[in-house]
Amino acid sequence: MSQYYTATDHFVLVPAIMLALFGCAILLFDFWVFPEPKQRKWLLAFLALGEAFAGYGLWQQHTYIAGQGIAELTAFQGSLVVDGFSLFFNWMFIAAASIVALMSYRYLEVEGEHHGEYYSLILLAQCGMYFLASGADLITLFVGLELMALCFYIMVGFLRSDKRSNEAAMKYLLLGGFSSGFLAYGFSLLYGLSGSTKLSEIGVAIARRDPADPVLLLAMVTTTVGLLFKISAVPFHMWAPDAYEGAPTTVTAYLSVGSKAASIAFLLRIFLGPLASARAAWEPLLVFAAIASLTVGNLAAISQHNIKRLLAYSSISHAGYMLLGLVAGNETGIKGVAVYVLVYTFTNLGVFLVIVALRREGLVGDNIDDLAGLMHKSPGYALLMLICLLSLAGIPPTAGFIGKYYIFLSLIQAGRYVLAAAAALYVAVAIYYYFRIVRSMFMSDAEDAGAMETTFGVRVAAALTGLGTLGIGIFPEPFLRFAGQSLIR
Amino acid sequence: MNFLELIWLIPLFPLFGAATMLLVGRKLDPQAASEVAVAPGVEPAAAGSGHEHGHGGGAKFLISLFCPGMVLLSFLLSAAAVFQLSSLPEKTHQVIQFTWLAGQPFHMAGGGMATFAADWGFLLDPLSSVMILVVTGIGFLIHVYSIGYMAHDGGYYRFFGYLNLFVFFMLMLVLANNYALLFVGWEGVGLCSYLLIGFYFHKKSAGDAGKKAFIVNRIGDAGFLMGMLLMLATVGSVRFVDVNQALTSGRFHPEIAGFGVLSAMALLLFIGATGKSAQVPLYVWLPDAMEGPTPVSALIHAATMVTAGVYMVARSNALFALTPETSLIVAVVGAFTAILAASIALVQNDIKRVLAYSTVSQLGFMFMAAGVGAYWVAIFHLFTHAFFKALLFLGSGSVIHAMSGEQDMRGMGGLKDKIPVTFRTMFIGSVAIAGIPGLAGFFSKDEILWQVFSSPLGSKSVYVVGIVTAAMTAFYMWRLMFMTFYGASRADARTQAHVHESPKTMTVPLMTLAAGSVLAGWIGVPKLWSVFPEGFRTFEHWLEPVFEASAARAVAHGVAHHDTSIEWLLMGLSVAIAVAGILTARHLYLIRPGLPDAIRKASGPLYDTLLNKWYVDELYDFLFVNGLSKGGGALLSRFDASVVDGGVNGAGWMTRFTSRVSIWWDTWIIDGGIRLASFLVKCSSYPVRIFQTGYVQSYALVFVAGVAGFLLYFGMR
Amino acid sequence: MPESYVELYFPVFLQVLIAMAVAGGMIGGSYLLGRKVKNRIKDTPYECGITPTGSARGRFSVKFYLVAMLFILFDIEAVFLYPWAVVYRELKLFAFVEMFIFIVLILCGFFYIWKKGALDWSQQERPPEER
Repeated sequence: MSQYYTATDHFVLVPAIMLALFGCAILLFDFWVFPEPKQRKWLLAFLALGEAFAGYGLWQQHTYIAGQGIAELTAFQGSLVVDGFSLFFNWMFIAAASIVALMSYRYLEVEGEHHGEYYSLILLAQCGMYFLASGADLITLFVGLELMALCFYIMVGFLRSDKRSNEAAMKYLLLGGFSSGFLAYGFSLLYGLSGSTKLSEIGVAIARRDPADPVLLLAMVTTTVGLLFKISAVPFHMWAPDAYEGAPTTVTAYLSVGSKAASIAFLLRIFLGPLASARAAWEPLLVFAAIASLTVGNLAAISQHNIKRLLAYSSISHAGYMLLGLVAGNETGIKGVAVYVLVYTFTNLGVFLVIVALRREGLVGDNIDDLAGLMHKSPGYALLMLICLLSLAGIPPTAGFIGKYYIFLSLIQAGRYVLAAAAALYVAVAIYYYFRIVRSMFMSDAEDAGAMETTFGVRVAAALTGLGTLGIGIFPEPFLRFAGQSLIR
Repeated sequence: MNFLELIWLIPLFPLFGAATMLLVGRKLDPQAASEVAVAPGVEPAAAGSGHEHGHGGGAKFLISLFCPGMVLLSFLLSAAAVFQLSSLPEKTHQVIQFTWLAGQPFHMAGGGMATFAADWGFLLDPLSSVMILVVTGIGFLIHVYSIGYMAHDGGYYRFFGYLNLFVFFMLMLVLANNYALLFVGWEGVGLCSYLLIGFYFHKKSAGDAGKKAFIVNRIGDAGFLMGMLLMLATVGSVRFVDVNQALTSGRFHPEIAGFGVLSAMALLLFIGATGKSAQVPLYVWLPDAMEGPTPVSALIHAATMVTAGVYMVARSNALFALTPETSLIVAVVGAFTAILAASIALVQNDIKRVLAYSTVSQLGFMFMAAGVGAYWVAIFHLFTHAFFKALLFLGSGSVIHAMSGEQDMRGMGGLKDKIPVTFRTMFIGSVAIAGIPGLAGFFSKDEILWQVFSSPLGSKSVYVVGIVTAAMTAFYMWRLMFMTFYGASRADARTQAHVHESPKTMTVPLMTLAAGSVLAGWIGVPKLWSVFPEGFRTFEHWLEPVFEASAARAVAHGVAHHDTSIEWLLMGLSVAIAVAGILTARHLYLIRPGLPDAIRKASGPLYDTLLNKWYVDELYDFLFVNGLSKGGGALLSRFDASVVDGGVNGAGWMTRFTSRVSIWWDTWIIDGGIRLASFLVKCSSYPVRIFQTGYVQSYALVFVAGVAGFLLYFGMR
Repeated sequence: MPESYVELYFPVFLQVLIAMAVAGGMIGGSYLLGRKVKNRIKDTPYECGITPTGSARGRFSVKFYLVAMLFILFDIEAVFLYPWAVVYRELKLFAFVEMFIFIVLILCGFFYIWKKGALDWSQQERPPEER
């Protein structure tokens, strides 16, 4: 090891190395080691191994930080940082990627698509997310973002013979590139203002400047726009419904939780880091984006018949709730956002899992009517869906309630009663469209008696999401403490 | 054995039952294979009597034993725990399992720091003990009744699973030791109510009614949630014990003539209560909820769930005591609901709808009592009402069962001798609700009226509303009795031939409840009847410790002194008016059956207004469904259709403008021979294409509009 | 020292103005001064060269783009080698290891496209079912 690559650097980088290594390995092994269709499940095993190695690296970081009692560990001259925040999000990415991979195997079989590229893209996207959660430097963050986004562009268009999938990928790519342009412009302005790409140094430089400096405002607006696009907040949400609907369902699941969580991590890093001192300037923007997201997300979801599209709008509205936590800005609020993202990850994966499980030859399973009579066919999946929808709607004792509860609480604590009231009222609206799905499952006859064929992997994933959604709802304490540690100091 | 430490087990029995039924019940129930949930009307003819034990009787028997058994276990455990509680000096016991929601210390709105925590904890005190006994006791009877009532319906296992799940959530609601956990039960019972209302999902109206119930309730729930959060921010805790202590400690001043944060809190909580307990303006869901199976109406929409709002207001008595203005609102809303619903019940012809409006009206009575600070009377009425209203609903179920599903009273009549057990038990229930001395309804209703009259917080005008409503109550209940059981039968021959008394599983619960309707009132005998020793007033004394705080405030208001002669007079008045109501009904529907029609013709529009429930549903439809969803919703969905789906209606002019600009640009650039730009222009050059779906450039347009808006905001600032 | 933002950014504004003026002046000047001849021959892409045939919007095989993109990819890789060669003396072994990893990663991709058949010009489209 030289001065350019110290032991600490390596220690901080290990999970990302593992993810990239196994990502490449799966790509090559697909041809060389496991060329037979029967051997595909070994690719999935390799992915699991990659997650295990990355998880081990993360665990070591976790114990080291806790053992030394230090707040953070920086590497590469401050470009990467391991702290409670990055660990929290990275654990979540591992969970999300693993669950998505578990539910994907059978789905890919039904779709007749390649396995190798798919698994390797999951890992590489996760590698990008790792840098989004741990990056403390504009360049690192931007490269991480692009790595993740590029993987998602490909994955959204993974069904090569499906027009909708191709169209979705094209739109996502074009608009994604557009937003990246804004983000890069904002970053270049931030660099111009401070002369550094390090978040901490930018923060110092910005705090010294006049908050009404037009260049600062321009930098802030363009950065905000880029970030809001990634979490699909209104008015930069237009890509989400199309991309969600067109993408393979498993990818939609990954996109809705992985990409969103990583982007929220990114957003928190930027807004609570370098831009913290300009709060007065960006807060109105975020308030607008949050309320607009709640309005458009909740109201537009009502008229949807395609569950994936409906969930896209629902996901837009959830982005609004997350932004409200940041708007409140107090400790409860930031903790609330962290918990919200965690809860949303498990819950949304659960919902998508049921849709994925429905997929079989001749049934896409993404129409609300496709769920008709699910309670009579397979009560287990119907109950999982019910729990997850209740959680999305924020009804106790499911986990979704905990997330919303802390967001509302933080708003009340910050004295923003109007925002809290609006957010609470939108919960009442949300129930309307979630319960259209419930009604279809519980209160109609099955249109076809065909039983659901599921695999062991899907069942494990179902158990994980169900346990996560109910478990966080009933025993939130350990998760709350974990989220509390993740706060940026 | 210390049962008090085991109270957390009480809700778990029904939860176990529910989990078993919902997850593996399908394998037990052979009828589930066909999964045909038929409406009760079809069932005796279609299924036939011999069919009952035709196949799978054993598995069904197992379900019938298992699910009511779980509720019975809960009941026994509750009874044991309550018995032990009565020997405790402080009459309250808390079991905290673990901390559920915890938070960092924060600055409260009123100053001072608080660390908020909500437990997964259970509180057994006199108030919750009354509630768990009602829920498990009446719940058990209704489970037993359902064995007979639901015997021919598909989805037997599902029904019992949902019913057990309901009992679980209801027990969570009443046993919770804080508002947050209460909210868990609060939402849970709403969910079960939704699933059970829509149980006969082949009827479209059933599904719609379930949805309506759930959505209307959610409006109330938003109020509840806000109230709870506001409480957290001002009081610093949501635990009942802490809140009561903080509110009585003198830290907060009573808001006598003003609207402060406490009033806001109380009002928000009350909005929650109006949703769950079907008060004006959110009562519209309850009559529609009668689409559910009758046992569900009896258990959820009469005896237990709908009283949750009353329970919650009584629980928050310390808060309401500090805000007399809000209390007055509670009383007035209660009175208004009572008379509104009673007036609608006067003319309804559907037997279950009459009972539904009656329930709304009786809940209004409870809120009236709570509003004037007589919380124990509210709970007392809740208690007696649970008996006689469950009885009446189950009785009506038995009638419907006998009449092959007929619910319209105009098609009934003369059932008195054909289904004697149902008749006799319903007779008792109707006497009880009418307020004839000696039966349960009299004691509680008379006490409410007296409290409204005499309490310093009460008012004479509310009393007048109450007494008029009482007269209406006696009238519509006996109208129901006379139309159903007396006179000549108006049913067709086929139905008449089929009339039969219900099986034992249905009649035994009826008889038990009838006994309850007679006896339940005798633990709350009026003080006026001084011949009875204090033991006959156990109910009030039992609840005293819970309502100490509000009682103290009421004393501070100064107790008005009334002559006992006034009290005797009022009691006489209420009895007289009840008898008058019954006699009027008898006159109109038994002796001179032609008269109601004459009245109907004479009263004209008023009758129609009543029959159409004051057109409130239509008004709401117009305002919210058409106004908001077809107006505002359509606007948004048009935006959705236009911009999101690519049509660009809203942004149409702008697009056209840009595209015209770009055509002009196009000409110039192509002349210049720059291909890249020509590509860009091509994207937006054909206005017609813009109106097709999914154009990515219209997405980008919105994107740019957003950026421009953001920049403009700073430019204009 | 400039006082306000207007003063601070005035030179930038001036430069933008001048740039626009120069550009506009050049186009406008040639428009005003130049002789305008409009006929069919004048409007052809190559006024004094080959006569154009067919449409400019002809379709190319997708393989052309594929190969073009792959070429750019590996071309960029080569570009990275130049600065590396310049600083190699300073960084020594570290630089060697780094570049080794970089090239191995690129090779991964290379083998992937090779095996995938992207470099195989003559090969027909594979049916999607085949892996």
